[in-house]
Amino acid sequence: MTIRQSAIVFAWVLLAPALLYVLVIVAYPLVDTINLSFTNASLRRTYDRVGFENYRNIFQRGFSDVIVRTLVWTFCSVALKMLIGTFGAVMLNAAVPGRTLFRVLTMPPWIVPMAIGIFMWGWMYNGEFGMISGLLQRLGIVEGPLPFLAYGTTAFWATIVTDVWIGVPMVTIYLLAAIQSIPRDLYEAAWVDGAGRFYRFRRITLPLIVPALITMSMLSLIATFNSFDIIWILTQGGPSGQTTTMIIDTYRTAIGSYKFGEGAARAVLICIFLSVFCFLYFRLVSRFSGATIR
Amino acid sequence: MMSKPNTMIDRYRWYELAGIYAGVALFLGFVLAPFVEGFLVSLKPLTHLFSSPYRFWPEKASFDAYFTMWERVPLLGRYIFNSILIASVGTLIGVILITPAAYAFARFEFRGRGPLLGAFLAVNMFSGAVLLIPLFRLMRTLGLLNTYFAMIVPGVAFIIPTGIWLLRTYMLRIPQELEEAALADGASRFYTFRRVILPLAMPGISVVAIYSFLTIYAQQFIYALTFNSKTEYMPLPVGLYAFFGRQDVIWNELMAASFLGVLPVFVVFIFLQRYLVAGMTAGALKT
Repeated sequence: MTIRQSAIVFAWVLLAPALLYVLVIVAYPLVDTINLSFTNASLRRTYDRVGFENYRNIFQRGFSDVIVRTLVWTFCSVALKMLIGTFGAVMLNAAVPGRTLFRVLTMPPWIVPMAIGIFMWGWMYNGEFGMISGLLQRLGIVEGPLPFLAYGTTAFWATIVTDVWIGVPMVTIYLLAAIQSIPRDLYEAAWVDGAGRFYRFRRITLPLIVPALITMSMLSLIATFNSFDIIWILTQGGPSGQTTTMIIDTYRTAIGSYKFGEGAARAVLICIFLSVFCFLYFRLVSRFSGATIR
Repeated sequence: MMSKPNTMIDRYRWYELAGIYAGVALFLGFVLAPFVEGFLVSLKPLTHLFSSPYRFWPEKASFDAYFTMWERVPLLGRYIFNSILIASVGTLIGVILITPAAYAFARFEFRGRGPLLGAFLAVNMFSGAVLLIPLFRLMRTLGLLNTYFAMIVPGVAFIIPTGIWLLRTYMLRIPQELEEAALADGASRFYTFRRVILPLAMPGISVVAIYSFLTIYAQQFIYALTFNSKTEYMPLPVGLYAFFGRQDVIWNELMAASFLGVLPVFVVFIFLQRYLVAGMTAGALKT
């Protein structure tokens, strides 16, 4: 063996454990999901192939509503995360006393066990005794208790707000890092020319963090589309299915009623959406990273 | 080096300063409100808790809930232990898998390296929920349902991509001459990896370990909910979820128990946040 060959062999030996792990825990289940989606698998040991029946059933049972709802839920959440994240990053970037502390205080929603953060929101949304309803009543905006999780529309937005809350720290910290990597000379040159703070933000900061914004919004898109814990803990998809996203629906079908075949067909549809997002992500990233280098 | 514009540009007028602090307050208000409210709730006696109209500050604050919760949730200590155990073992497995793989991606030229790295990163695209059905069947066939194993193993797969990415970025900055010198002296590749690279990469490995621990600790819900039904193996989120789901939730004790469960990650975070934030943003931006 030449030195080069031995190096290659060594590299594969180093890679093997991680590769094998991912193959067993991710790749095999992925293939198996596709396989199961064409069967009537359930808790029984054996199952039969049923062709495209599961896929036909999905669309007969109002799954298109679920898809639309999932997309609306996801896009609203991602848009809010980007908006609030950009706002937070700009505020935390300001050279004011205490900013180190402010940056650290941004992190808790991200590091705290997700479920525990969601429990806290569960209390906040409580109609009779929770903070939000309580404050709204005090301010006279609503009359009487408003149980946010009991009505379709409010539950829909309540779950979005909680999802935004969990995602915002990550977005903020990444965007802050992106802002900090902008060369200071640009700001100084603009400042010397008499450009105001807002003008500098609009003409320097914003255009230069576009690549980071796109990266983060695509990554958030994928994470949000997969969101399970928040909705499951707060509403379990209710009231009357108003917060049932594709993931929740899949979980209900597969694990709730052990219809593995039908659940797998739903999971395959989720994977198709995710692949489209992923494809878009790589297209956008390659286009914009090219544009900024010029 | 400080030229005049450098300092002048960071001078704010009083109204700009007020605007910035108001903006920061608004932002942090959103981020921290649930914690503040949750903590205040844990201090409120139950009778005061369920009283209208709403009061923000507790009238008779007490830490009673932090003592009574142990009776209501007898296995609370066990839940927290389980959470820490699952996160620790997961982190250990993760680091053992990630470190050599990151080294391979950072240093060796081999065919298919780019696509393979891309394939690893694509794992991030899938959540556990999508793969749950085959994993459930796999665990059932292997008789692993209701074990720690079933809760640890799937979670690790989802820290591998980010871990490899972070550590690879770190290892790329280690000068290659050090390994070349060791190899020229007749050291084997494995010896070089163990004695030269590992010590130098320790700060990077630590970042990956902290990241892994925090991530697994934060996300132990869906697998534990689905693959385990034994109360004594439940991690904290699932253990508390059983109480959360009830009709009459004892909120002050639930919040007290939650804060106790948050404590381990807060300790880790307070001491190590500087390294973590620096490591993670560096990995993300230098593509």
